[in-house]
Amino acid sequence: MTRLLRAAMLSLALAASTAPAFAVLPDEVLDDPALEERARDLSVLLRCMVCQNQSIDDSDAELARDLRVLVRERLVAGDTDDEVIAYIVSRYGEFVLLRPRFNYRNALLWGAPLLLLVAGGIAIAIRARKPAQSRAAPLDAVEQKKLDDILKS
Amino acid sequence: MTVEIGHLALVLAFALAVVQATVPMLGARLGDARLMAMAAPTAMAGFALVTLSFCSLVAAYVTSDFSVANVWQNSHSLKPMLYKVTGTWGNHEGSMLLWVLILVLFGALVAMFSSNLPATLRANVIAVQGWIGAAFLLFILATSNPFVRLDPAPIEGRDLNPILQDIGLAVHPPLLYLGYVGFSISFSFAVAALIEGRIDAAWARWVRPWVLAAWVFLTGGIAMGSYWAYYELGWGGFWFWDPVENASFMPWLAGTALLHSALVMERRSALKIWTVLLAVLTFSLSLLGTFLVRSGVLTSVHAFATDPARGVFILIILGIFIGGALTLFALRASELKAGGIFQPISREGALVLNNLFLSTATATVLIGTLYPLVIEALTGDKISVGAPFFNLTFGLLMVPLLVIVPFGPLLAWKRGDLSAVSQRLFAALGIGLAIALVSLVFIDRVSVFAALGCGLAAWLIAGSVTDLAFKSGYPKVGAAVAIRRLMGLPGAAFGTVFAHAGLGVTLLGLVSVTALEVEKFVTMKPGETLDVAGLVLNFDGMMPLRGANFVEDQARFSIAGADGKSLGEIVSAKRVYTARRMPTTEAGIRTFGFSQLYVSVGDPTEDGGIVVRVWWKPNVTLIWLGAVVMMVGGVFSLADRRLRIGAPAARRRQSERPA
Repeated sequence: MTRLLRAAMLSLALAASTAPAFAVLPDEVLDDPALEERARDLSVLLRCMVCQNQSIDDSDAELARDLRVLVRERLVAGDTDDEVIAYIVSRYGEFVLLRPRFNYRNALLWGAPLLLLVAGGIAIAIRARKPAQSRAAPLDAVEQKKLDDILKS
Repeated sequence: MTVEIGHLALVLAFALAVVQATVPMLGARLGDARLMAMAAPTAMAGFALVTLSFCSLVAAYVTSDFSVANVWQNSHSLKPMLYKVTGTWGNHEGSMLLWVLILVLFGALVAMFSSNLPATLRANVIAVQGWIGAAFLLFILATSNPFVRLDPAPIEGRDLNPILQDIGLAVHPPLLYLGYVGFSISFSFAVAALIEGRIDAAWARWVRPWVLAAWVFLTGGIAMGSYWAYYELGWGGFWFWDPVENASFMPWLAGTALLHSALVMERRSALKIWTVLLAVLTFSLSLLGTFLVRSGVLTSVHAFATDPARGVFILIILGIFIGGALTLFALRASELKAGGIFQPISREGALVLNNLFLSTATATVLIGTLYPLVIEALTGDKISVGAPFFNLTFGLLMVPLLVIVPFGPLLAWKRGDLSAVSQRLFAALGIGLAIALVSLVFIDRVSVFAALGCGLAAWLIAGSVTDLAFKSGYPKVGAAVAIRRLMGLPGAAFGTVFAHAGLGVTLLGLVSVTALEVEKFVTMKPGETLDVAGLVLNFDGMMPLRGANFVEDQARFSIAGADGKSLGEIVSAKRVYTARRMPTTEAGIRTFGFSQLYVSVGDPTEDGGIVVRVWWKPNVTLIWLGAVVMMVGGVFSLADRRLRIGAPAARRRQSERPA
């Protein structure tokens, strides 16, 4: 619901100026299907800067349209995928990337899943080697009987 | 008047919650039974008061009392009655009241169904629940009061946001909150156990039904929200890895882990410390989610600035509850050590592995959600972490987990025999590989990854059925004996089968729609046709229509099969809600088997056509049907007689039956 709420707020903000249009429009599509497919794949990775959390592929905002056209212009001009991304980032900053770059600053972000998995695995392995000793006060006879009754039921 | 009564009831509920939070706890400390006996009545009275308060707000909405600011901002006299009622929680203040209503409802349920708990544990659980209630009641009264009056009263309201004028608003938030807030019970149980410094297998048995119920609701709430976004937002996306979605997904992942670790604790008395920690963390993630959503801190810095008071207030609540519980945990955890010993290859071992992957996945989503915030605070750089990141990392973590799922239920407790289990799963493996191969060879455009995904889904479903077949003794015993044995199996056995198979069903839907979706966007004039995935769509023309509080232009299409046979029609509309002058797109959806045809119209073009976007979404409904199957599994487990210990009323019924 919250996503809808925010989408609603956003569209409310946009409503004054624009009626809802579409994400990719028929007139944007490139004639070369291979190039168009690359354009779509790149669009999924680029953030619509004025939207909440949409890629330019999903968004109907004007700015997203501008970016989609820009991506296609660069592709037609012969840029590789990396060159297109680099060009867009040079103009809009890294905020535009929905998949953050691999670099030192993002090391923790990208490394965390593997790091946690390995650390957790090691912790489990160590614990498995030495069985835990009970230090809790043992149950007295009455409590033990009650527990047995409960577990039997 | 009713509004003032509602306001007063809320103030009284707060005062009562403070009593509920302190007196029973003091009683437990002093060993005073009379003080402890205060717990249940205060919890139930608190529930009655918040219900009264909530009903008075609903009444204000139903009667369109625009002298109430909240009603004026979010309602309209022409709005259909259903949306007048659901509009009560279609805004910040009202939804917060619903949140608290469900919280005190759970508090009252615990009070009613906990007479078999040890007296001190019961008092402490209800008291902790009281703390949470008091904190959030104060939050509402101090920063988000829905009962503020306007003078003079406006004649007409500003209407509910059109996107929310949908049946989804009636179902999604209540379900989601039942799940979110339901985890407060396991939190209270964990904190109470930590306060007492003692915990045993019976604790897990008391907690598990509550965890299960919360999990079933949260599963439904998330699935419903996903389907709502799918049909309402008009571009057919169903999961966006949006921070607010992650906020609901993290408690689900942690809650799923909790469900499994509590099982180990109940049966084998192992993983106690971890289970208690998970119980604390799961609800902490619910609280964190509430904070992220309410403060707007993640979505936009500006939203946070519009009302910093709310964000700061929830942050303080968050700090006190999470910080307090974790401190208590750090102090007391060492006293809880104990537990059954097990070999790495065993049911316990498999469940530990399940927990390792699920908690890593939870942490991955958490880090991805908060990382941009931390980076911006530390370096000032703005970065985005979006769907491509989550799909990659989360997806990679899920694959090994899903591969091992069928092994878990087949392994024996304490010491399992992996080779014997592998032999039993031979058929399931064969089915999985066959499905992968068939989809690779016979379906166009399927990549190796997608084929393996289909195979994995089949492996999950076939593996679950294997579990059931094995438990029934089939094929060693005859079919008749096997069926009789199946009938005699405990509910939890079916619960596991359905939950795991549901996972496979959802996966199949995800893989199909990701790999095989067909998308077309074109400009169409009346009379023109479009071929999509073997169907022919004929644009019949536009038709204006007037609804209760909107006007719309309907684009009507008739659908025909490749052979020319008519398959009905599909209608998509551009709608404008008159009160807010807000345009929306109403997608047209037709279901064929498990697949859907999804049509969404855009702007008219200058030459008299209209922009049309059409998707063929193969097996897309399986995504949500799988969630329903998982919920059925949860309900089976809840119905298990052995769990009734957590709900004495049900057990009493059981014993009343003649033996």
